[in-house]
Amino acid sequence: MKLDSMYQEIILEHYKNPHGKGLRDGDAEVHHVNPTCGDEITLRVRLDGAVIADVSYESQGCSISQASASVLNDLVVGKSVGEAQAIQEAFLELMQSKGKGVGDEDVLEDAVAFAGVSKFPARVKCALLSWMAWKDATAKALAEHPAV
Amino acid sequence: MTTHPDSALAGLLAEAQEFGETIRKDFPILQRVLHDDKPLVYLDNAATSQKPQQVLDALNGYYERHNANVHRGVHVLAEEATALYEGARDKVAAFINAPSRDEVIFTKNASESLNLVANMLGWADEPYRVDADAEVVITEMEHHSNIVPWQLLSQRTGAKLKWFGLTDEGRLDLSNINELITEKTKIVSFTLVSNLMGTVNPVEAIVRRAQDVGALVLIDASQAVPHMVLDVQELGADFVAFTGHKMLGPTGIGVLWGRQELLEDLPPFLGGGEMIETVTMGASTYAPAPHKFEAGTPPIAQAVGLGAAIDYLSAIGMDRIAAHEHTLTEYAVRRLLEVPDLRIIGPRTAVDRGAAISFVLGDIHPHDVGQVLDEQGIAVRVGHHCARPVCLRYGIPATTRASFYLYSTPADVDALIDGLHHVRNFFG
Repeated sequence: MKLDSMYQEIILEHYKNPHGKGLRDGDAEVHHVNPTCGDEITLRVRLDGAVIADVSYESQGCSISQASASVLNDLVVGKSVGEAQAIQEAFLELMQSKGKGVGDEDVLEDAVAFAGVSKFPARVKCALLSWMAWKDATAKALAEHPAV
Repeated sequence: MTTHPDSALAGLLAEAQEFGETIRKDFPILQRVLHDDKPLVYLDNAATSQKPQQVLDALNGYYERHNANVHRGVHVLAEEATALYEGARDKVAAFINAPSRDEVIFTKNASESLNLVANMLGWADEPYRVDADAEVVITEMEHHSNIVPWQLLSQRTGAKLKWFGLTDEGRLDLSNINELITEKTKIVSFTLVSNLMGTVNPVEAIVRRAQDVGALVLIDASQAVPHMVLDVQELGADFVAFTGHKMLGPTGIGVLWGRQELLEDLPPFLGGGEMIETVTMGASTYAPAPHKFEAGTPPIAQAVGLGAAIDYLSAIGMDRIAAHEHTLTEYAVRRLLEVPDLRIIGPRTAVDRGAAISFVLGDIHPHDVGQVLDEQGIAVRVGHHCARPVCLRYGIPATTRASFYLYSTPADVDALIDGLHHVRNFFG
Protein backbone atom coordinates (compact mmCIF):
# COMPACT_ATOMS: atom_id res chain seq x y z
CA MET A 1 0.00 0.00 0.00
CA LYS A 2 1.18 3.49 -0.87
CA LEU A 3 0.78 4.82 2.66
CA ASP A 4 3.03 2.17 4.15
CA SER A 5 5.74 3.16 1.71
CA MET A 6 5.76 6.59 3.34
CA TYR A 7 5.26 5.60 6.96
CA GLN A 8 7.96 2.94 7.17
CA GLU A 9 8.23 1.31 10.58
CA ILE A 10 11.68 2.82 10.97
CA ILE A 11 10.30 6.34 10.39
CA LEU A 12 7.59 5.88 13.00
CA GLU A 13 10.24 4.54 15.39
CA HIS A 14 12.39 7.67 14.97
CA TYR A 15 9.27 9.84 15.32
CA LYS A 16 8.32 8.25 18.63
CA ASN A 17 11.89 8.17 19.98
CA PRO A 18 13.84 10.98 18.33
CA HIS A 19 17.62 10.84 18.61
CA GLY A 20 19.55 13.85 19.86
CA LYS A 21 16.51 16.06 20.43
CA GLY A 22 16.90 19.11 22.70
CA LEU A 23 19.09 22.17 22.39
CA ARG A 24 22.72 21.99 23.51
CA ASP A 25 25.72 24.26 23.03
CA GLY A 26 26.53 25.10 19.44
CA ASP A 27 28.68 27.35 17.29
CA ALA A 28 25.72 28.49 15.21
CA GLU A 29 21.95 28.42 15.51
CA VAL A 30 19.27 28.72 12.85
CA HIS A 31 15.48 28.74 12.89
CA HIS A 32 13.70 27.33 9.86
CA VAL A 33 9.98 27.11 9.18
CA ASN A 34 7.84 25.41 6.61
CA PRO A 35 5.38 28.24 5.90
CA THR A 36 2.81 25.98 4.27
CA CYS A 37 2.24 23.87 7.37
CA GLY A 38 3.83 25.67 10.29
CA ASP A 39 6.51 23.07 11.00
CA GLU A 40 9.43 24.72 12.80
CA ILE A 41 12.90 23.78 13.88
CA THR A 42 15.59 25.55 15.87
CA LEU A 43 18.87 23.77 15.19
CA ARG A 44 22.42 24.21 16.49
CA VAL A 45 25.65 22.83 15.08
CA ARG A 46 28.80 22.45 17.14
CA LEU A 47 32.06 21.88 15.32
CA ASP A 48 35.22 20.33 16.67
CA GLY A 49 37.77 21.35 14.08
CA ALA A 50 36.44 19.92 10.85
CA VAL A 51 34.18 17.40 12.59
CA ILE A 52 30.47 17.78 13.33
CA ALA A 53 30.65 17.37 17.12
CA ASP A 54 26.92 17.83 17.75
CA VAL A 55 23.62 18.66 16.07
CA SER A 56 20.97 19.62 18.58
CA TYR A 57 17.44 20.80 17.88
CA GLU A 58 14.01 21.71 19.16
CA SER A 59 11.25 21.17 16.65
CA GLN A 60 7.57 20.74 16.14
CA GLY A 61 5.94 19.16 13.17
CA CYS A 62 4.66 16.01 11.55
CA SER A 63 6.09 12.52 11.91
CA ILE A 64 8.10 12.88 8.71
CA SER A 65 9.83 16.10 9.75
CA GLN A 66 10.51 14.85 13.27
CA ALA A 67 11.86 11.49 12.15
CA SER A 68 14.01 13.17 9.55
CA ALA A 69 15.68 15.37 12.19
CA SER A 70 16.38 12.29 14.28
CA VAL A 71 17.96 10.46 11.33
CA LEU A 72 19.98 13.56 10.49
CA ASN A 73 21.44 13.55 13.97
CA ASP A 74 22.38 9.87 13.63
CA LEU A 75 24.01 10.35 10.27
CA VAL A 76 26.10 13.48 10.59
CA VAL A 77 27.30 13.67 14.20
CA GLY A 78 30.89 12.46 14.37
CA LYS A 79 31.43 12.84 10.60
CA SER A 80 33.73 15.35 8.97
CA VAL A 81 32.02 18.36 7.44
CA GLY A 82 32.89 17.04 3.97
CA GLU A 83 31.41 13.59 4.63
CA ALA A 84 28.30 15.08 6.19
CA GLN A 85 27.78 17.37 3.21
CA ALA A 86 28.02 14.37 0.89
CA ILE A 87 25.35 12.59 2.95
CA GLN A 88 23.14 15.68 2.85
CA GLU A 89 23.48 15.83 -0.93
CA ALA A 90 22.64 12.13 -1.24
CA PHE A 91 19.53 12.63 0.91
CA LEU A 92 18.47 15.66 -1.09
CA GLU A 93 18.87 13.70 -4.31
CA LEU A 94 16.77 10.86 -2.91
CA MET A 95 14.03 13.26 -1.82
CA GLN A 96 13.95 14.88 -5.24
CA SER A 97 13.69 11.52 -7.02
CA LYS A 98 9.86 11.57 -7.22
CA GLY A 99 9.63 8.01 -5.94
CA LYS A 100 12.21 6.62 -8.34
CA GLY A 101 15.30 6.62 -6.11
CA VAL A 102 16.09 3.94 -3.54
CA GLY A 103 19.17 5.49 -1.90
CA ASP A 104 22.52 3.95 -1.07
CA GLU A 105 22.08 2.27 2.29
CA ASP A 106 25.84 2.40 2.92
CA VAL A 107 25.66 6.19 2.82
CA LEU A 108 22.15 6.96 4.04
CA GLU A 109 21.53 4.10 6.50
CA ASP A 110 18.05 4.64 8.08
CA ALA A 111 17.43 7.59 5.77
CA VAL A 112 16.72 5.23 2.85
CA ALA A 113 13.37 4.65 4.56
CA PHE A 114 12.39 8.12 3.32
CA ALA A 115 12.48 6.98 -0.32
CA GLY A 116 8.70 6.51 -0.22
CA VAL A 117 8.16 10.08 0.98
CA SER A 118 9.62 11.38 -2.28
CA LYS A 119 6.42 10.22 -4.01
CA PHE A 120 4.43 12.79 -2.05
CA PRO A 121 5.37 16.30 -3.26
CA ALA A 122 3.59 17.98 -0.33
CA ARG A 123 5.72 16.04 2.15
CA VAL A 124 9.18 16.36 0.63
CA LYS A 125 9.61 19.72 2.34
CA CYS A 126 8.79 18.12 5.69
CA ALA A 127 11.59 15.60 5.22
CA LEU A 128 14.04 18.27 4.13
CA LEU A 129 13.30 20.88 6.82
CA SER A 130 15.94 19.76 9.33
CA TRP A 131 18.48 18.99 6.62
CA MET A 132 18.22 22.47 5.14
CA ALA A 133 18.49 23.93 8.64
CA TRP A 134 21.59 21.81 9.26
CA LYS A 135 23.18 22.92 5.99
CA ASP A 136 22.50 26.55 6.86
CA ALA A 137 23.77 26.25 10.44
CA THR A 138 26.92 24.43 9.34
CA ALA A 139 27.72 27.14 6.81
CA LYS A 140 27.27 29.73 9.56
CA ALA A 141 29.43 27.82 11.99
CA LEU A 142 32.16 27.44 9.37
CA ALA A 143 32.03 31.14 8.57
CA GLU A 144 32.57 31.96 12.21
CA HIS A 145 35.14 29.26 12.92
CA PRO A 146 36.97 28.46 9.70
CA ALA A 147 38.01 24.89 10.33
CA VAL A 148 40.31 24.14 7.48
CA MET B 1 -30.35 28.28 14.55
CA THR B 2 -30.56 25.97 17.50
CA THR B 3 -29.53 22.40 18.19
CA HIS B 4 -31.93 19.48 17.90
CA PRO B 5 -32.70 16.51 20.15
CA ASP B 6 -31.55 13.11 18.82
CA SER B 7 -34.99 12.11 17.56
CA ALA B 8 -35.39 15.26 15.50
CA LEU B 9 -31.82 15.06 14.21
CA ALA B 10 -32.33 11.53 12.86
CA GLY B 11 -35.08 12.74 10.57
CA LEU B 12 -33.04 15.72 9.44
CA LEU B 13 -30.06 13.48 8.67
CA ALA B 14 -32.10 11.21 6.41
CA GLU B 15 -33.32 14.30 4.60
CA ALA B 16 -29.78 15.70 4.36
CA GLN B 17 -28.47 12.43 2.91
CA GLU B 18 -31.08 12.53 0.16
CA PHE B 19 -30.53 16.23 -0.53
CA GLY B 20 -26.74 15.86 -0.76
CA GLU B 21 -27.01 12.78 -2.99
CA THR B 22 -29.32 14.59 -5.38
CA ILE B 23 -27.05 17.64 -5.58
CA ARG B 24 -23.85 15.71 -6.12
CA LYS B 25 -25.15 14.21 -9.35
CA ASP B 26 -24.48 17.62 -10.89
CA PHE B 27 -20.79 17.52 -9.89
CA PRO B 28 -18.70 15.30 -12.18
CA ILE B 29 -15.63 15.45 -9.93
CA LEU B 30 -17.55 14.02 -6.99
CA GLN B 31 -17.93 10.77 -8.97
CA ARG B 32 -14.17 10.22 -8.81
CA VAL B 33 -12.72 7.12 -7.18
CA LEU B 34 -9.24 7.53 -5.67
CA HIS B 35 -6.46 5.07 -4.84
CA ASP B 36 -8.17 2.33 -6.93
CA ASP B 37 -11.32 1.88 -4.86
CA LYS B 38 -11.96 4.84 -2.53
CA PRO B 39 -14.81 7.15 -3.54
CA LEU B 40 -13.80 10.78 -3.10
CA VAL B 41 -15.07 12.33 0.13
CA TYR B 42 -14.43 16.01 -0.45
CA LEU B 43 -14.30 17.94 2.83
CA ASP B 44 -12.11 20.86 1.77
CA ASN B 45 -14.86 23.26 0.79
CA ALA B 46 -13.59 26.16 2.86
CA ALA B 47 -10.51 26.14 0.62
CA THR B 48 -12.45 25.82 -2.61
CA SER B 49 -15.73 24.35 -3.77
CA GLN B 50 -16.29 21.92 -6.61
CA LYS B 51 -18.12 23.06 -9.76
CA PRO B 52 -21.42 21.76 -11.10
CA GLN B 53 -21.82 20.78 -14.75
CA GLN B 54 -23.89 23.95 -15.25
CA VAL B 55 -20.90 26.15 -14.39
CA LEU B 56 -18.52 24.07 -16.51
CA ASP B 57 -20.96 24.35 -19.42
CA ALA B 58 -21.21 28.13 -18.99
CA LEU B 59 -17.43 28.46 -19.12
CA ASN B 60 -17.14 26.24 -22.18
CA GLY B 61 -20.12 27.83 -23.85
CA TYR B 62 -18.63 31.27 -23.39
CA TYR B 63 -15.35 30.27 -25.02
CA GLU B 64 -17.02 28.19 -27.74
CA ARG B 65 -19.53 30.79 -28.85
CA HIS B 66 -19.09 34.28 -27.41
CA ASN B 67 -15.43 34.95 -26.60
CA ALA B 68 -14.37 38.56 -27.22
CA ASN B 69 -13.01 41.44 -25.21
CA VAL B 70 -15.69 43.42 -23.43
CA HIS B 71 -16.87 47.02 -23.82
CA ARG B 72 -16.51 49.33 -26.84
CA GLY B 73 -16.55 46.53 -29.41
CA VAL B 74 -19.06 46.97 -32.21
CA HIS B 75 -19.05 43.41 -33.48
CA VAL B 76 -21.49 40.70 -32.49
CA LEU B 77 -19.12 38.72 -30.28
CA ALA B 78 -17.99 41.80 -28.36
CA GLU B 79 -21.58 42.76 -27.72
CA GLU B 80 -22.45 39.25 -26.57
CA ALA B 81 -19.39 39.03 -24.31
CA THR B 82 -20.19 42.44 -22.81
CA ALA B 83 -23.80 41.45 -22.22
CA LEU B 84 -22.71 38.23 -20.52
CA TYR B 85 -20.09 39.96 -18.38
CA GLU B 86 -22.41 42.78 -17.33
CA GLY B 87 -25.21 40.26 -16.91
CA ALA B 88 -23.04 38.46 -14.36
CA ARG B 89 -22.74 41.76 -12.49
CA ASP B 90 -26.53 41.98 -12.39
CA LYS B 91 -26.71 38.46 -10.98
CA VAL B 92 -24.19 39.24 -8.24
CA ALA B 93 -26.01 42.46 -7.36
CA ALA B 94 -29.33 40.64 -7.05
CA PHE B 95 -27.76 37.77 -5.10
CA ILE B 96 -26.41 40.07 -2.36
CA ASN B 97 -29.33 42.54 -2.63
CA ALA B 98 -27.10 45.44 -3.65
CA PRO B 99 -29.07 48.67 -4.17
CA SER B 100 -27.26 49.24 -7.46
CA ARG B 101 -25.38 47.06 -9.94
CA ASP B 102 -22.75 49.81 -10.13
CA GLU B 103 -21.73 48.94 -6.58
CA VAL B 104 -20.41 45.54 -7.68
CA ILE B 105 -16.71 45.54 -8.61
CA PHE B 106 -15.17 42.44 -10.13
CA THR B 107 -11.69 41.53 -8.84
CA LYS B 108 -9.65 38.39 -9.14
CA ASN B 109 -10.40 37.12 -5.63
CA ALA B 110 -11.27 38.22 -2.10
CA SER B 111 -7.64 39.06 -1.35
CA GLU B 112 -7.62 41.57 -4.19
CA SER B 113 -10.92 43.01 -2.97
CA LEU B 114 -9.50 43.53 0.52
CA ASN B 115 -6.25 44.98 -0.82
CA LEU B 116 -8.26 47.28 -3.05
CA VAL B 117 -10.05 48.83 -0.08
CA ALA B 118 -6.80 49.21 1.87
CA ASN B 119 -5.25 51.01 -1.07
CA MET B 120 -8.30 53.19 -1.74
CA LEU B 121 -8.07 54.43 1.84
CA GLY B 122 -4.31 54.87 1.74
CA TRP B 123 -4.59 57.19 -1.26
CA ALA B 124 -7.90 58.83 -0.34
CA ASP B 125 -8.47 62.45 0.63
CA GLU B 126 -10.04 63.36 3.95
CA PRO B 127 -12.25 62.25 5.59
CA TYR B 128 -11.39 58.69 4.45
CA ARG B 129 -7.60 58.96 4.35
CA VAL B 130 -5.71 56.53 6.57
CA ASP B 131 -2.66 58.43 7.83
CA ALA B 132 -0.36 58.52 10.85
CA ASP B 133 -3.14 59.76 13.11
CA ALA B 134 -5.55 57.03 12.06
CA GLU B 135 -6.33 53.65 13.53
CA VAL B 136 -7.38 50.46 11.73
CA VAL B 137 -9.19 47.68 13.59
CA ILE B 138 -9.22 44.00 12.58
CA THR B 139 -9.56 40.76 14.56
CA GLU B 140 -7.29 37.94 15.63
CA MET B 141 -9.34 35.43 13.62
CA GLU B 142 -8.76 36.99 10.21
CA HIS B 143 -7.42 35.13 7.21
CA HIS B 144 -3.97 36.46 6.33
CA SER B 145 -5.63 38.26 3.42
CA ASN B 146 -7.40 40.51 5.91
CA ILE B 147 -4.30 41.04 8.06
CA VAL B 148 -1.39 41.63 5.73
CA PRO B 149 -2.99 44.40 3.60
CA TRP B 150 -3.63 46.37 6.80
CA GLN B 151 -0.12 45.73 8.10
CA LEU B 152 1.19 47.07 4.79
CA LEU B 153 -1.08 50.09 4.99
CA SER B 154 -0.06 50.77 8.58
CA GLN B 155 3.64 50.45 7.79
CA ARG B 156 3.32 52.82 4.86
CA THR B 157 1.15 55.45 6.52
CA GLY B 158 2.09 55.19 10.19
CA ALA B 159 -1.48 54.31 11.12
CA LYS B 160 -1.98 52.16 14.20
CA LEU B 161 -3.29 48.61 13.71
CA LYS B 162 -5.46 47.20 16.50
CA TRP B 163 -7.43 43.98 16.80
CA PHE B 164 -10.14 42.16 18.69
CA GLY B 165 -8.88 39.15 20.64
CA LEU B 166 -10.59 35.76 20.91
CA THR B 167 -12.30 33.97 23.74
CA ASP B 168 -11.41 30.42 24.73
CA GLU B 169 -14.60 29.30 22.96
CA GLY B 170 -13.46 30.66 19.61
CA ARG B 171 -15.61 33.80 19.61
CA LEU B 172 -14.62 37.43 19.24
CA ASP B 173 -13.94 39.11 22.57
CA LEU B 174 -16.04 42.27 22.33
CA SER B 175 -15.49 43.30 25.95
CA ASN B 176 -13.11 46.13 24.97
CA ILE B 177 -14.95 47.22 21.83
CA ASN B 178 -15.18 50.84 22.97
CA GLU B 179 -11.43 51.06 23.54
CA LEU B 180 -10.67 49.35 20.25
CA ILE B 181 -13.01 51.30 18.00
CA THR B 182 -12.58 54.99 18.76
CA GLU B 183 -12.91 58.40 17.13
CA LYS B 184 -9.52 57.74 15.56
CA THR B 185 -10.69 54.56 13.80
CA LYS B 186 -10.97 54.98 10.04
CA ILE B 187 -11.95 51.43 9.20
CA VAL B 188 -12.97 48.22 10.91
CA SER B 189 -12.37 45.14 8.79
CA PHE B 190 -13.46 41.70 9.96
CA THR B 191 -14.56 38.32 8.73
CA LEU B 192 -18.21 37.35 8.89
CA VAL B 193 -17.33 33.66 9.25
CA SER B 194 -13.92 32.40 10.40
CA ASN B 195 -12.25 30.22 7.78
CA LEU B 196 -10.45 28.23 10.46
CA MET B 197 -13.00 27.92 13.27
CA GLY B 198 -16.31 28.42 11.48
CA THR B 199 -17.34 31.08 13.99
CA VAL B 200 -20.10 33.40 12.76
CA ASN B 201 -19.36 36.88 14.10
CA PRO B 202 -21.81 39.40 15.59
CA VAL B 203 -21.96 41.95 12.78
CA GLU B 204 -24.53 44.22 14.32
CA ALA B 205 -22.61 45.08 17.49
CA ILE B 206 -19.46 45.93 15.56
CA VAL B 207 -21.21 47.90 12.82
CA ARG B 208 -23.15 49.91 15.37
CA ARG B 209 -20.02 50.91 17.27
CA ALA B 210 -18.17 51.73 14.05
CA GLN B 211 -21.03 53.91 12.85
CA ASP B 212 -21.13 55.70 16.22
CA VAL B 213 -17.55 56.85 15.75
CA GLY B 214 -17.80 57.42 11.99
CA ALA B 215 -15.55 54.54 10.96
CA LEU B 216 -16.04 52.58 7.76
CA VAL B 217 -16.76 48.85 7.92
CA LEU B 218 -15.39 46.21 5.55
CA ILE B 219 -16.69 42.67 5.90
CA ASP B 220 -14.79 39.68 4.53
CA ALA B 221 -17.68 37.44 3.52
CA SER B 222 -15.63 34.80 1.68
CA GLN B 223 -16.82 32.03 4.00
CA ALA B 224 -20.35 33.43 4.29
CA VAL B 225 -21.66 34.20 0.81
CA PRO B 226 -21.37 30.56 -0.37
CA HIS B 227 -23.32 29.27 2.60
CA MET B 228 -26.07 31.65 3.70
CA VAL B 229 -28.43 34.35 2.59
CA LEU B 230 -26.37 37.53 2.51
CA ASP B 231 -28.00 40.93 2.17
CA VAL B 232 -25.50 43.78 2.06
CA GLN B 233 -28.17 46.30 3.01
CA GLU B 234 -29.06 44.32 6.10
CA LEU B 235 -25.40 43.96 7.11
CA GLY B 236 -25.02 47.73 7.24
CA ALA B 237 -21.35 47.57 6.20
CA ASP B 238 -19.69 49.92 3.72
CA PHE B 239 -17.78 47.24 1.83
CA VAL B 240 -18.21 43.48 1.45
CA ALA B 241 -15.55 41.26 -0.12
CA PHE B 242 -15.86 37.67 -1.32
CA THR B 243 -14.58 35.24 -3.90
CA GLY B 244 -16.22 33.18 -6.63
CA HIS B 245 -14.40 29.87 -6.37
CA LYS B 246 -15.72 29.05 -2.92
CA MET B 247 -19.32 29.38 -4.18
CA LEU B 248 -19.22 26.92 -7.11
CA GLY B 249 -17.70 29.48 -9.48
CA PRO B 250 -14.32 29.31 -11.20
CA THR B 251 -11.07 30.64 -9.77
CA GLY B 252 -9.92 34.10 -10.82
CA ILE B 253 -13.10 36.01 -10.03
CA GLY B 254 -13.83 37.92 -6.84
CA VAL B 255 -16.19 40.67 -5.81
CA LEU B 256 -15.99 43.88 -3.87
CA TRP B 257 -19.30 45.49 -3.07
CA GLY B 258 -19.10 49.08 -1.88
CA ARG B 259 -21.60 51.84 -1.16
CA GLN B 260 -22.01 54.00 -4.22
CA GLU B 261 -21.13 57.36 -2.69
CA LEU B 262 -17.91 55.90 -1.32
CA LEU B 263 -16.98 54.41 -4.66
CA GLU B 264 -17.57 57.80 -6.24
CA ASP B 265 -15.35 59.58 -3.69
CA LEU B 266 -12.54 57.09 -3.32
CA PRO B 267 -9.60 57.02 -5.74
CA PRO B 268 -8.78 54.14 -8.08
CA PHE B 269 -5.91 51.81 -7.25
CA LEU B 270 -4.88 50.00 -10.43
CA GLY B 271 -4.65 52.19 -13.53
CA GLY B 272 -5.07 51.01 -17.10
CA GLY B 273 -7.53 50.37 -19.85
CA GLU B 274 -11.26 50.24 -19.13
CA MET B 275 -10.98 52.44 -16.01
CA ILE B 276 -10.60 55.82 -17.73
CA GLU B 277 -12.82 58.51 -19.15
CA THR B 278 -10.20 60.54 -21.03
CA VAL B 279 -6.44 60.25 -21.15
CA THR B 280 -3.88 62.85 -22.20
CA MET B 281 -0.14 62.59 -21.71
CA GLY B 282 -0.49 64.94 -18.78
CA ALA B 283 -3.40 63.48 -16.85
CA SER B 284 -6.49 61.28 -16.94
CA THR B 285 -10.01 61.32 -15.70
CA TYR B 286 -11.73 58.18 -14.61
CA ALA B 287 -14.78 56.18 -15.55
CA PRO B 288 -17.54 56.01 -12.97
CA ALA B 289 -17.61 53.03 -10.58
CA PRO B 290 -17.46 50.10 -10.93
CA HIS B 291 -15.25 50.50 -14.02
CA LYS B 292 -12.97 52.94 -12.21
CA PHE B 293 -11.78 49.97 -10.17
CA GLU B 294 -11.54 47.42 -13.00
CA ALA B 295 -8.37 48.26 -14.89
CA GLY B 296 -7.44 46.04 -17.80
CA THR B 297 -9.25 43.15 -19.44
CA PRO B 298 -11.35 41.65 -16.66
CA PRO B 299 -11.83 37.93 -15.94
CA ILE B 300 -14.73 37.68 -18.40
CA ALA B 301 -15.29 33.93 -18.64
CA GLN B 302 -14.83 33.68 -14.88
CA ALA B 303 -17.51 36.31 -14.28
CA VAL B 304 -19.84 34.39 -16.59
CA GLY B 305 -19.04 31.21 -14.65
CA LEU B 306 -19.78 32.99 -11.37
CA GLY B 307 -23.10 34.10 -12.82
CA ALA B 308 -23.95 30.48 -13.62
CA ALA B 309 -22.94 29.46 -10.08
CA ILE B 310 -25.28 32.09 -8.67
CA ASP B 311 -28.10 30.80 -10.87
CA TYR B 312 -27.43 27.30 -9.57
CA LEU B 313 -27.35 28.35 -5.90
CA SER B 314 -30.40 30.57 -6.27
CA ALA B 315 -32.45 27.81 -7.88
CA ILE B 316 -31.84 25.65 -4.80
CA GLY B 317 -32.20 28.55 -2.38
CA MET B 318 -29.58 29.82 0.04
CA ASP B 319 -31.84 29.27 3.03
CA ARG B 320 -32.23 25.62 2.02
CA ILE B 321 -28.44 25.28 1.68
CA ALA B 322 -27.87 26.95 5.06
CA ALA B 323 -30.33 24.56 6.72
CA HIS B 324 -28.64 21.55 5.10
CA GLU B 325 -25.21 22.65 6.27
CA HIS B 326 -26.53 23.36 9.74
CA THR B 327 -27.76 19.79 10.04
CA LEU B 328 -24.40 18.46 8.85
CA THR B 329 -22.51 20.75 11.22
CA GLU B 330 -24.60 19.72 14.18
CA TYR B 331 -24.07 16.06 13.35
CA ALA B 332 -20.36 16.47 12.65
CA VAL B 333 -19.65 18.39 15.87
CA ARG B 334 -21.50 15.77 17.85
CA ARG B 335 -19.67 12.86 16.26
CA LEU B 336 -16.24 14.53 16.35
CA LEU B 337 -16.55 15.11 20.08
CA GLU B 338 -17.03 11.35 20.47
CA VAL B 339 -13.56 10.67 19.05
CA PRO B 340 -11.06 10.17 21.90
CA ASP B 341 -8.40 12.89 22.28
CA LEU B 342 -10.09 15.12 19.72
CA ARG B 343 -10.23 18.84 20.52
CA ILE B 344 -12.31 21.17 18.39
CA ILE B 345 -10.67 24.57 17.84
CA GLY B 346 -13.63 26.93 17.77
CA PRO B 347 -17.26 26.67 18.85
CA ARG B 348 -18.22 23.22 20.10
CA THR B 349 -21.85 23.65 19.11
CA ALA B 350 -23.58 24.34 15.81
CA VAL B 351 -24.97 27.64 17.09
CA ASP B 352 -23.60 30.70 15.27
CA ARG B 353 -21.08 28.61 13.43
CA GLY B 354 -20.51 27.65 9.82
CA ALA B 355 -19.64 24.29 8.33
CA ALA B 356 -15.87 24.53 8.66
CA ILE B 357 -14.65 22.57 11.69
CA SER B 358 -11.02 22.56 12.83
CA PHE B 359 -9.63 20.12 15.32
CA VAL B 360 -6.50 18.55 16.70
CA LEU B 361 -6.28 14.82 17.37
CA GLY B 362 -4.12 14.11 20.41
CA ASP B 363 -0.51 14.80 19.55
CA ILE B 364 -0.80 13.41 16.03
CA HIS B 365 0.32 16.17 13.70
CA PRO B 366 -2.38 17.37 11.27
CA HIS B 367 -0.11 16.53 8.33
CA ASP B 368 -0.15 12.94 9.40
CA VAL B 369 -3.89 13.01 10.02
CA GLY B 370 -4.51 14.42 6.54
CA GLN B 371 -2.19 11.94 4.89
CA VAL B 372 -3.86 8.90 6.40
CA LEU B 373 -7.32 10.33 5.61
CA ASP B 374 -6.23 10.92 2.02
CA GLU B 375 -5.34 7.27 1.71
CA GLN B 376 -9.02 6.60 2.37
CA GLY B 377 -10.14 9.09 -0.25
CA ILE B 378 -11.01 11.77 2.30
CA ALA B 379 -9.83 15.27 1.37
CA VAL B 380 -9.36 17.62 4.33
CA ARG B 381 -7.03 20.58 4.76
CA VAL B 382 -4.19 20.63 7.26
CA GLY B 383 -1.97 23.45 8.44
CA HIS B 384 -2.66 26.93 9.75
CA HIS B 385 -5.23 27.71 7.04
CA CYS B 386 -3.74 31.17 6.40
CA ALA B 387 -4.87 32.16 9.88
CA ARG B 388 -1.70 31.56 11.86
CA PRO B 389 -2.60 34.01 14.67
CA VAL B 390 -5.53 31.74 15.57
CA CYS B 391 -3.16 28.78 15.95
CA LEU B 392 -0.84 30.91 18.09
CA ARG B 393 -3.80 32.05 20.20
CA TYR B 394 -4.74 28.46 21.01
CA GLY B 395 -1.18 27.21 21.37
CA ILE B 396 -1.23 24.75 18.49
CA PRO B 397 1.00 24.53 15.42
CA ALA B 398 -1.76 23.61 13.02
CA THR B 399 -5.17 21.97 12.73
CA THR B 400 -7.02 19.49 10.58
CA ARG B 401 -10.08 21.13 9.03
CA ALA B 402 -13.13 19.43 7.58
CA SER B 403 -15.53 21.75 5.79
CA PHE B 404 -18.89 20.90 4.27
CA TYR B 405 -21.03 22.25 1.48
CA LEU B 406 -24.38 21.68 -0.17
CA TYR B 407 -23.31 18.37 -1.74
CA SER B 408 -21.92 16.98 1.53
CA THR B 409 -23.86 14.23 3.28
CA PRO B 410 -24.09 12.63 6.71
CA ALA B 411 -22.32 9.63 5.10
CA ASP B 412 -19.35 11.96 4.47
CA VAL B 413 -19.31 12.77 8.18
CA ASP B 414 -19.39 9.04 8.98
CA ALA B 415 -16.50 8.43 6.59
CA LEU B 416 -14.51 11.17 8.33
CA ILE B 417 -15.13 9.71 11.76
CA ASP B 418 -14.19 6.18 10.61
CA GLY B 419 -11.10 7.69 9.03
CA LEU B 420 -10.09 9.43 12.25
CA HIS B 421 -10.36 6.16 14.17
CA HIS B 422 -8.13 4.62 11.55
CA VAL B 423 -5.64 7.49 12.01
CA ARG B 424 -5.57 6.87 15.76
CA ASN B 425 -4.92 3.18 15.24
CA PHE B 426 -2.20 3.87 12.69
CA PHE B 427 -0.25 6.17 15.00
CA GLY B 428 -1.41 4.56 18.25
